[in-house]
Formats: sequence, C-alpha cells, structure tokens
Amino acid sequence: MVETGHFALVLAFALSLVQMIVPLFGARLNNQRLMAVGGPVAVTGFALTALSFVALASAYASSDFSVASVWENSHSLQPLIYKITGTWGNHEGSMLLWVLILTFFGALVAAFGANLPATLRANVLAVQGAIGAAFFLFILATSNPFLRLNPAPIEGRDLNPVLQDLGLAVHPPLLYLGYVGFSICFSFSVAALIEGRIDASWARWVRPWTLVAWMFLTGGIAMGSYWAYYELGWGGFWFWDPVENASFMPWLAGTALLHSAIVMEKRSALKIWTLLLAILTFSLSLLGTFLVRSGVLTSVHAFATDPTRGIFILCILTLFIGGSLALFALRSSRLTAGGLFHPISREGALVLNNLFLTTATATVLVGTLYPLAVEAFSADKISVGAPFFNLTFGPLMVPLLVMVPFGPLLAWKRGDVFAAAQRLMVAFAAALLAMLVTALFIDGASVFAALGVGLAVWLILGALTDLAVKSGFGNVAAGIGVRRLLGLPRSVFGTAFAHLGLGLTTLGIVGTLCFGTEKILSMHPGETVELSGHTLRFVGLYPAQGPNYSEDRGRFELIGVSGSAIGEISSAKRFYPVRQMTTTESGIKTLWFSQLYLSLGDQGKDGSVVVRLWWKPLVTLIWGGGLVMMAGAAMSLMDRRLRVGAPSRRRGQASAVTSAGLP
Amino acid sequence: MTRKQKRLSVIAGGLAFLGAATGLTFYALGQKASYFYMPADLTTASLQPGQRIRLGGLVEKGSVERGQGATVAFSVTDNQKDVKVSYTGILPDLFREGQGVITEGSFDAHGVFVADSVLAKHDENYMPKDVADRLKAEGVWEESKSE
Repeated sequence: MVETGHFALVLAFALSLVQMIVPLFGARLNNQRLMAVGGPVAVTGFALTALSFVALASAYASSDFSVASVWENSHSLQPLIYKITGTWGNHEGSMLLWVLILTFFGALVAAFGANLPATLRANVLAVQGAIGAAFFLFILATSNPFLRLNPAPIEGRDLNPVLQDLGLAVHPPLLYLGYVGFSICFSFSVAALIEGRIDASWARWVRPWTLVAWMFLTGGIAMGSYWAYYELGWGGFWFWDPVENASFMPWLAGTALLHSAIVMEKRSALKIWTLLLAILTFSLSLLGTFLVRSGVLTSVHAFATDPTRGIFILCILTLFIGGSLALFALRSSRLTAGGLFHPISREGALVLNNLFLTTATATVLVGTLYPLAVEAFSADKISVGAPFFNLTFGPLMVPLLVMVPFGPLLAWKRGDVFAAAQRLMVAFAAALLAMLVTALFIDGASVFAALGVGLAVWLILGALTDLAVKSGFGNVAAGIGVRRLLGLPRSVFGTAFAHLGLGLTTLGIVGTLCFGTEKILSMHPGETVELSGHTLRFVGLYPAQGPNYSEDRGRFELIGVSGSAIGEISSAKRFYPVRQMTTTESGIKTLWFSQLYLSLGDQGKDGSVVVRLWWKPLVTLIWGGGLVMMAGAAMSLMDRRLRVGAPSRRRGQASAVTSAGLP
Repeated sequence: MTRKQKRLSVIAGGLAFLGAATGLTFYALGQKASYFYMPADLTTASLQPGQRIRLGGLVEKGSVERGQGATVAFSVTDNQKDVKVSYTGILPDLFREGQGVITEGSFDAHGVFVADSVLAKHDENYMPKDVADRLKAEGVWEESKSE
C-alpha cells in the first residue's frame, strides 16, 4: 500500500507536468483536442494524489513503523483519531495535504468549468498544473513521506503531544482549503494575463472562488486561534507570532480581493487592481508556506527543518511571484480599464476599504519580515512582537471599522454620505449610549474600553441597519417588511452577516482585553480563590493514566452564592513518556459568552500548586464572530447570481420553455 | 472643483495616507522592536533601564529557585557570563535546567532581569533558533544528532 501511494505520487507529478504543458500549447495553437487534455488530466491527478494520501493515512492508522515519517510521528498506543490526524501533523504529511487540496481545486475547475471559454479554462488548468508540478517535485525531492526504514523499528516516537488534540483534525485542513483556494484566483489572473484580456466569465468565476477560499481561511484562522488558546495554556488568543501573521496576511489581502471583486463584477471597474490583488493574495499564501515550512522563523509550527527545503520553497516562491508579477508588468497595459465613478459612492467606499486593508497587510508583512532582514544585513537579532502591531495595525483598523457600516448603504456610482448617516442615526445613538454606560458604570478608567465597546456596538447595529433599511422597516408595515427581508438577495445577507461577525469579534476582543482579569497564586487543597465575582475551591490533585500519558489532574469547584458547588473545572499536567514531554491541559468553564480559564503550574514541596486563573469576558465572541463571518460567506455563495451563470441561465430558460410547452 | 482637481485631491489624499502609514511603521519599528542578547553581550551593550530586550541562553543547572507564590528566579547562562532572571507566572512546560530558553523583559534597578514572558523549547529540533545559532557559533553547542 505504501509503495502504491509512493508510485501514485510520482504519477501525479508526471500528470501535473502534462497538465502544465499540453493545455497551454493547445490554447496557444487554438487546438481543441490539446486544450481538452487539461480536464481529464486534472481529475486523474487529483484521484492519484487522493490515493497517495489515503495510502499514507492508512500507514499511520495501522502504525506501520517501517515508514520513516510514521515512525517519527506516531506511536502504537495513540488513540486512533490522533494516529489518523497525525498524517498531517508533520512536515511531509502536511505538504501532501497541501497538494491534495491543490489538485482538488484543479479538479473542481475541470469538473464545473464547462461553461468557461475553452482557452481560459485550458490556461487556468495549465497554471494550476504548474503550481502542482513545483510542489510535487518539492515533496518527492526533499520531503518524501513514503521513505522506508530497514530494519523497521518496533515502536514509534510519538506525535508531538501538543498536536494530540482534535484541533489538529480541523485547523490544518480548513487553513489549507483557504490558502490553496486562493490558487484558483491566482491561476485565473495569470490565465487572463496570458490571454491578454479579461471577459465577463472571468469576473463571474473569480468572486465565488475568492468567497470559498476566504470562508475556509476565516474558519482556519479562528479555529487555530481557539486551539492555541486552550491548548498552550497561556490564555491568549493571538500572539502576533510570525506563523499566525503568515495566515493573517492572505486573509487581509483576500478580504480586500473579496471587496474589489464586487466592484469588478457589478461595475466592471478596478479590473487591473483586482487581478493584481488576486496574484498578491496567493503570493502571500506561498510566502506563508515558505515561512512556516522553511524554519527561518522561530515558531511552534516549525517542525524539524532541513535547509534544502527552505531554499527549494524559496525558489518556488521566486518563480511564481516573480513570474506572475513580471507577466503583470508586461501585459496589464493591454487590459482595458473599466467604468468611472464618483469618489463618494459604493465603489469609492470599496476602494477605501482596499486602501486600508492592503496598507494593513503591508504593515504586517514589514513586521514579520523585518527581523529576517535585520539578521541578513547585520549581526543583530531582533524580534517584533505585539507592541509593534498594536501601534501600526491598530490605528489602521479603527478608522476602517468606523467606516464599515457606511459602505453597504451608499449607492453605486454616486452616493450620499448624509443620507447614509441619517439612516445610521439609531446605530450611532446606541453606540454612544454603550460608550457612556461603559465609561460610567463598568470601567471609567479606560478610554479605550469605552471606545472599543462603542465601536463594536456601532458595527453590529450598522450591519443590522443595512438589513432593516433594505427591507424598508419603518416605512412599510411590519408584515411587508418581513416579507421584503426574506426576499432580499442572499448576498445582502452575506454582507450583513460578515460585518455582523466582524462586530462580534471586535466585541470579544475588547471584552477580553479591557475587562479581563487574572490571578497567579499558589494554592493548597481546600483553599478558595475569588476572581471577578467567581469563587473557586481547589479540591485536590488526582493522578490518572491515559492511553499514552500519565497526568496529575487538579480539580476545582465553582462555588455558587449559596456556598455549594455549582460546577467543576479541572486542569491537568500531562506527561508523555515517549517524548519525555509535559503539557498543560487548561480547564475552561463557559458561562454565557464568557469563560473562566484555569491553568496548572508547578507543584511546590509543601503540597501546594501554582494556579493561574483568568476571567475572560465575552471571549467566545472572538471565534463566534469568525463563524458568523463564515456563515455570511456561505450565504453570499448561495446567491442566485453566482449559482446561475449567464450561459447556464439561457440553458435554464430554454429547458423551462420546453417543459412549459409540454402538456 | 474641476474634475482634474478632484482627481488630484483623491490621489494626494491616498498618498498622504500611505505616507502616514509608512511613517508610523518605521517609528514603531524603531520603538517597539526588541533586540536579542546573550549574557556575554550585555557587558558591551548599552541598555537603558526599562528597555525591553530578549535575553536567551541556557537555564543554569541548579539555579532555579521557587520563591513565594508564583515567582521563580533562575540564571540564564552562555557559559561565559550569567544573568539573574526573575519571573512571576507559570513556566512553560518545556522549561528545564540546562535547556535553552528565551526570556523577554527588562532590567530593574538592581540589575535583575525581570521577564514577563519565558519561551522554552525541548530538544535540538525545538530549541529556540536564536539561541541554537549563537551556541553553535560559539562552539558551546554539542551536536547531538537525532537520527
């Protein structure tokens, strides 16, 4: 089975070369038969990669330690779920997952791209094939997951205990679906540059793919953030770690792309900019892959690294980013610029959104790469952390967030800010009230807290105002309003939900940062501690045995007003003997949207134990907001105008006529 | 305003915005980036009290003292010099005597390095890269090849 997988991977590499070359020449020579090769090759390439992936996963599931990567990252005593997720919990396997998703998207274009112009489809598949070929070669040459060991070891070295968690089952696949999903936008852009023209079907295709990739990337980042929050035991949801930034940059650029693609689709303006943004977004995804996989940066994600890999990925990076930007420089002047618009209009607002988001992306990029540059050009080593990003990213985001509710209320071509402001009066008044209440009753000391709460309320109510205005609440009877609301295009709901999610995430961040409290203390069994109105009693430490670890579980009781226990929280120190590693399992109690978070430290000689306790108000909204944003993207995807492309609509009408003609 | 003036003002506004963002970024890099030092570097470095730095090295064997509550004191060494570090909080799971560590914080008036974050990593593969590079460069590093 392992050799089958290895062989399938080599075949998939060979097919990706065919996919890269044949359709490209077909499009050049306008040869239908050569162009038609792309589709079946892409689908077969995906099938072979999937076979290869299944082969590796089954080697992991059956603990076949004759495979080097299984031996290094698995253990026979691990629960089955972690054996399987361990497939991509290491460098080699995660790269295989990367190409699996890449070929999956290629196969989707092949399967659903029948209504694309033949040359565009051929070129898209060729570019997709080229990316695939580069990464297949990378895997086979430097990170082959199928290498055998002889003689086979009897027992494996265990998966890194931090990764033995359900988060590993969800976070990497979602994140890669996002990262790699942008490859489609990239391929479409490069194909348009090769052809030297952008037509209507280009715009209709790029936006849904952006939405899909953005939706998964949002989920991947939110899930990764929550995983780090509960698994690392530090109680933080975002560390401005280079690897987090690596996923955040494509997200910011992708968000900009999502917005500029709307302008392009509706008004056929900003074509060249959208194309450039699509190239940049995937370039940032590639950069992220490089940063994470090359080990140039210190991070929890940097698996054992090998310098040849870094250089190889750097070559891929240079080839694709450099190549596509050079092509852009050569060809973009041929593309025709689109419609004009007044600065104060929906288009203008979306341009402003793009200006802020790309600038924010640039500051994150500078902060992430600056330490590398300093290290390359001088002997100094520096680190750029949260203080830098708070000072640069923060001031850029705040005005953007203030402007968000205006955007959807402005008309295309020429908008009226005063009319939009009038409609937002209720939201504005409520935000002002929330600020006053926060300043007077909750936390008078912090101006930021009040402003933050006001901003979050403004965003949330602004999103709802958009829906209310568009369904005419206040002007028509409630019944008609409800009917109109349900009849609104799904994309209007998509916008409102995405902006609502943004508001919820903001509220969560403000709540946690401004109103959170924490205590570090050493406790004996029987002692109680009080934090922000919650009383906890330390019951004691209880040793326990897991399948591949032993643990000391500290149990705590949450004491109610009456003095009796109303809930339990437990946190544990786990010891994994195979890797000689200790991990902390944090204890979390969710109370409405807030959480009590507890993490166990070292034991003292006198039977006491160090305990770190946090009260995190509204913290779950940070990730809940992410889910709402994903829901928004899903609603936009279900919009009629994306489901029904122009060619298939004609076909649909034709069949409707025929069926109506039948008795 | 004429059409041309309008367009110019839009472009000027955009440029001013980008200029402000660039200025802010460079200011923040100058102010907020923290430099990495090993104990032996500190004799030559001129540090202001309270200036944030990253201090890396090995946790000196036998130096870890648990004080009252959650405060821990230990020494960070590069086998040439060592620096006393005080930290209040929960040490990372991978913190061990004789293992690599990176602490971030600043010196207090008594010359004790008060850290507000401590990063530790496990074996060669998980050693903080900054520390591993320097230890290798100085020949302190023992190459323990892991298969």
